This record gives sequence, C-alpha cells and structure tokens, in this order.
Amino acid sequence: MLNIKNLFASVEDKQILKGINLEVGAGEVHAIMGPNGSGKSSLASVLAGRENYEVTGGTVTLDGKDLLDLSPEDRAREGVFLAFQYPVEIPGVSNINFLKTALNEIRAYHGKAPLDAKTFLQLTKEKQKLVEFDAKLVNRSLNEGFSGGEKKRNEILQLAMLEPKLAILDETDSGLDIDALRIVANGVNKLRSKDNAFVLITHYQRLLEYIVPDFVHVLYNGRIVKSGGKELALELEEKGYDWIKEENK
Amino acid sequence: MANKEKDEDILEQISNQEYEFGFTTDIEMDVLPAGLNEDVIRFISQKKNEPEWLLEWRLKGLHTFERQAMPNWQNFEMPEVDFQAISYYAAPKNKKKLGSMDEVDPELLATFEKLGIPLNEQKILAGVEELEGEKPQVAVDAVFDSVSVATTFKAELSKLGIIFSSISEAVQTHPELVRKYLGTVVPYSDNKFASLNTAAFSDGSFVYIPKGVRCPMELSTYFRINTENTGQFERTLIIADEGAYVSYLEGCTAPKRDENQLHAAIVELIAMDNAEIKYSTVQNWFPGDKEGKGGIYNFVTKRGACRGKNSKISWTQVETGSAITWKYPSVILQGDNSVGEFYSVAVTKNKQIADTGTKIYHLGKNTRSRIISKGISAGFGQNSYRGLVQVGPKADNARNFTQCDSLLIGDLCGAHTFPYIESKNNTATIEHEATTSKIGEDQIFYLNQRGIDTEQAVALIVNGYAREVLNQLPMEFAVEAQKLLSLTLEGSVG
Repeated sequence: MLNIKNLFASVEDKQILKGINLEVGAGEVHAIMGPNGSGKSSLASVLAGRENYEVTGGTVTLDGKDLLDLSPEDRAREGVFLAFQYPVEIPGVSNINFLKTALNEIRAYHGKAPLDAKTFLQLTKEKQKLVEFDAKLVNRSLNEGFSGGEKKRNEILQLAMLEPKLAILDETDSGLDIDALRIVANGVNKLRSKDNAFVLITHYQRLLEYIVPDFVHVLYNGRIVKSGGKELALELEEKGYDWIKEENK
Repeated sequence: MANKEKDEDILEQISNQEYEFGFTTDIEMDVLPAGLNEDVIRFISQKKNEPEWLLEWRLKGLHTFERQAMPNWQNFEMPEVDFQAISYYAAPKNKKKLGSMDEVDPELLATFEKLGIPLNEQKILAGVEELEGEKPQVAVDAVFDSVSVATTFKAELSKLGIIFSSISEAVQTHPELVRKYLGTVVPYSDNKFASLNTAAFSDGSFVYIPKGVRCPMELSTYFRINTENTGQFERTLIIADEGAYVSYLEGCTAPKRDENQLHAAIVELIAMDNAEIKYSTVQNWFPGDKEGKGGIYNFVTKRGACRGKNSKISWTQVETGSAITWKYPSVILQGDNSVGEFYSVAVTKNKQIADTGTKIYHLGKNTRSRIISKGISAGFGQNSYRGLVQVGPKADNARNFTQCDSLLIGDLCGAHTFPYIESKNNTATIEHEATTSKIGEDQIFYLNQRGIDTEQAVALIVNGYAREVLNQLPMEFAVEAQKLLSLTLEGSVG
C-alpha cells in the first residue's frame, strides 16, 4: 500500500531524513520507534505534506499513486490520515461542523454525494460509541478547552469517521494516562482491518502492549537502522536506545 | 514545492474574482445635476412634497454643514471629498404612486432579484405556503439610489398597527410621528456628515411598532447605489413604543465604479419602556479594486436611545465592503435598567480601511452594556476598533464588558485599538479584554490534513472566530453573512 523509497527530506536546509525505505502492506501495523530527534515525527510530517519540509530525494507512493505530487488535502482525500501529536485548537469552529466538512470533502473527492444531516449524526454517534468518546461535540469548538486525553481521543474519532487507508499515529500515546491509553488503543484495534494499515510512531514500548504491531522499525539519524517483529520493541525497552546509537556511530 | 505553486495559482485566480454585485442596471433615471446649495435642497423637498417644517430643518442642516470643518481624529488619511461634484438626487424616472408590486419597473425587480432579494410578495407567499409557514417571513423595503421602490408585507403589518414604509411616505401619512422623533437622537448639527444627511437625505425606512406589539417578522431594508456620481443619503427612523419588539436588518451593495462614492446615512433608534430593538447590518458596498481604486466611503451615523426603563437596543454589524468604513453605532442608555449591545465583525482586505466601533453612554441606573468587536485584516487592510464607554454621575451600578479581538491574515495588514473609558460614578464596573491573533499555519495544515483545502480552511477559521457575532444575526441572514465572510476573504491567504 505505502511504498517509501530512498526518501530524503530537509527543513531549512537541514537534512532530517536520509534515505528512508519502508513498505507497508494492507492489513499491517508498523511501529516506528527511535530516540528523540531521530526523525520520527518528521517522517509523519513529510508523508502528510507539511509545508516547511522539503523533499530532496526519493519517492513515496500510496497504492501506486505518487503522494509527493499531491497537496496535503489531496493526500488526505486519497486516504492518508495523520493523528497529530499536538492536535490544534480552532476556536469557534464546532467539532461537529468540522467533522462534517472533512467527511463531505473526502466524499466529494471520490464522487460521492454529501451525507444528509440525519445519516451523518447517526454515523457520528456510532463512531463515538466505537471509540468510547462520548463528549458532547455539537456545542464544543474543535479541540478548544479539551484535555490532553480528549484531544487524542478526538483524533481517533476523526480517524474512525474518515476511514483512511493509511493512518499515521504520531506519538498518540504521549501524555496519556493508562486508562486513556487503553481507550485509544481499543479504538485503533477496532478500526484495524485487512484493507487499512497503521503506522504507529512512538517513543515507548507501552503503546505496543495494547496495539500489537506486525513490524517494528528503529529510526535513527534519519534512517531506518533496524527492523524486526514485535519482539524488537521489547528488546528496545530492555536495552534502551544506546546500543542502537553505538552500532550506528 | 509544486503543491504550493498550485495552491498559489488557485488563490490568485480566486482573488482576481470580480465583486459579485458590481453590475449596473440600465434604467431611466431622474438625476439632479451635481452640486449642493439651497436650491437643491428646496428641489428635493418639493419633489417629495414635504411640509414647511421639514424644509426648514433641512436648510438648518445645510447651513450647519457649510460651517463645519471636516473631522480630523480618524485613524486614516481623510480622502478629498468634493461635495459639489456629487448629485444629491437620483430616482427611477416616471415614478408614480404604485398600486401594487405589478407596477414596479421589471428592470428594477430583475435587479433586486439578481441581488437575491425577494421583492415579489406573491413569490414569498407561495414559498411560505410550500414550507408550511416554517420559514419566518421577511418584509423588505428596497431603496434604489435615492428612492424607496417597494415595501413588502405592508398590509399585513398594518393590521397590527405597525407602520413600515419609506420615510418619504411616512412624512405624508404620519407627519406627526415623524416630526416628534426625527432628529431627536442624532441632531442636525451632530457631525459634518450628519448635517449633510439632514440637508439632503433622500429616502430611507420608517418603522413604528405600537405599544405591546411584537413585530412578527424581520423587517429589512435593502440599499442599492446604482447611478454614477450620486451619493446615497438615506435616513432610517425606528421607534419601538412601550413593550414593543422589532428586529431589523439592512443590506447594501453598489456597482463597481472607478471613482469613490459617498454614503452618508443616519439611523436613529428609539426604544421606550420595556421595548427592544435589534438592528443588524450586513454591509457589502463595493470595496474598490485591488489597488484601492474606487469603492464606497461609508460614513454613517447610527445611534439608538434607550429612553424607557428596561429597554434594550442591540446593534449587530458585519462589515465586509466599502473602501472606508467609518461609523460607531452607539447607544444612549437613559432609562434605568436599560441594556445596550454592540456586536461587530469588520473585514478589511486589499486596501480597505475600517475605523469602527461604538459609543455607549450610561446615564440611567443599573444600565448594562456589552461590546464584542472582531476585526479581521488581510492584504493591506487597516482595521481600527474605536470605542467609548461613558458612565454618567447618576448611573449607579452601571456595568460594561468589552471584548475586542483582532485577527491578522498575512504580514502587511494592520489592527489598531482605541478604547476610551470615562466614568463619573465609582459604582460602575467596566471590563475590557483585547486579543490579537494570526491564522496559524498549524491550523490550516490541520484542516488540510483532514481533506479541507486552504480556502475552505480559512473560511472555517474566520467564521469560527466571528461566530459570537454571527450568532446574533437572525437565522436566515447568519447563513448569508457566513457565506459573505468566506467569499470576501477568498484569495487572502497565499
């Protein structure tokens, strides 16, 4: 599904990604781990098309389509979803209106008619239940005044509503207490299917106890330096990242 | 990045989009030659068959105007206005008393239809029937250049004793009411542009809601400048008698012209005991082109008097048009426990200027006021909030809350705040909050990442920012205003 070949990217002339190769198939969950500053979040930003990241080499395709050639909104419409590490607050924009706009934009891109109000509200209700996020969304502005946990759960609700092919979760576990973590993980597990794929970006192994990955990759200094199965995460937990740093000096 | 270039192309295209209402109507007009003097005022007065007292009053306005200097305290460079180059009267030709809507010039009707104003009563009624009365009705007074061309739902309103007509007509049909209230809130000598309006006012709307009557529908005036080199000087007078309620909306557009046109209107509101007036404006005069050529000078005096106990006046304005918007819809809180409100969204882009805000005078006891101002600046736009909260010595326990926010889009625009507070009573509570923010790239990217393009993202963010004010508008106009805000800012982010 996702095919990253020899990807190089920089921010303000500083090389951040230095030749990433990664293949993610449908139905798979990949975890990307690594020490701080290794380029994990940058990879997520580059895939989503954040403006200040400049791709200086390599290719990224989603089901054969060149992602790098698309605007951020078209990447989203093609099915790339980024759950933000720090979801942005937008005052005055109601959460529900935002969800509806996003959903209908994506539908329109695929030639589908907008959902009518009733169907939409019903769908929202179902998905809220699925991801155990029962906040009253109608009267609340997008992420405004949400607690850290609520913001992350709101990301997962959006994920459930928009049903992307590829979901990238950028440190979704950071700042969550154990209960919130379990709820978020449950949501993700329910949304896993043979047709979609997940990339979990995380610093800690903790999240992977709840969402079990098929593959674990270690990102260091802008490159994937080690890949393995879920047991690699345990090894990292045990030994820390220092041996990776040693190996790649 | 390739994407960015593409985005910029799209933005460029959209920003070059023409002002939607910039067309002119080809209709035979009676236009007075340019110039302002006693003869012109006498001509206007005679044309309208006005009583002697009104002519006298107009002349007082004219003589005051001639003596007054141009104001010099505003936060922009005052453009040269050649008052002698303006024609002070333009009206569709051969206008006679119209018995019904059928007699209105079809060209005129077509114009208003193009602007989205349903003048055709039949149509409205049919529409209402279809919706089984769910949609609230709106009665419209349409003013084309200087003259009111049609007022709808008149008969229905008059059954409740409500008078809703052009002010010219009210002078004929209810001279005693007009004489009693006209100029009592905004005196003829108030300021140079108010004096000019007093002298030359062409038409406008008159509303009287009798005691205890709640006006069952929104009342609305739609102003349209069409003819070249004319000014528009309409005058609106709204009186809500004891216990009455009315919600009133005005909308305005004008054709695209290279030269500037002057719009110097006056609105006077009077609320008696327990009465409430809600006045909403969606102003979309031609703003001039991208280089700042042309556009309307919107120099307007709007003031309301809460004369009675427990009365309430609320101004809501959405200002997106005009080259210069310069107005301070004000409330004089005379009656004890009276309430004044001001909700404003003002947008300036390209080279537009807005210097707007409100004045609230607390005179009675326990009077309360609330000011919510949201300025949005884009392009080279300059946006100033100027507000005065004054508490008189007898206004025990007066309370005011002011919130004044500015949103900047881009690096070349400006936002300014000039709050004035004068309190002569130490029991008063006055609060002032102000913020300035920019639309963040983070916000836009977040929305982009959910499949929402940049244009729509900005529209969402701006509408969210202005929501507190938009919520004050009557339902059917809130939707319009939202669209207008989005349209106005298209192409402002690149």
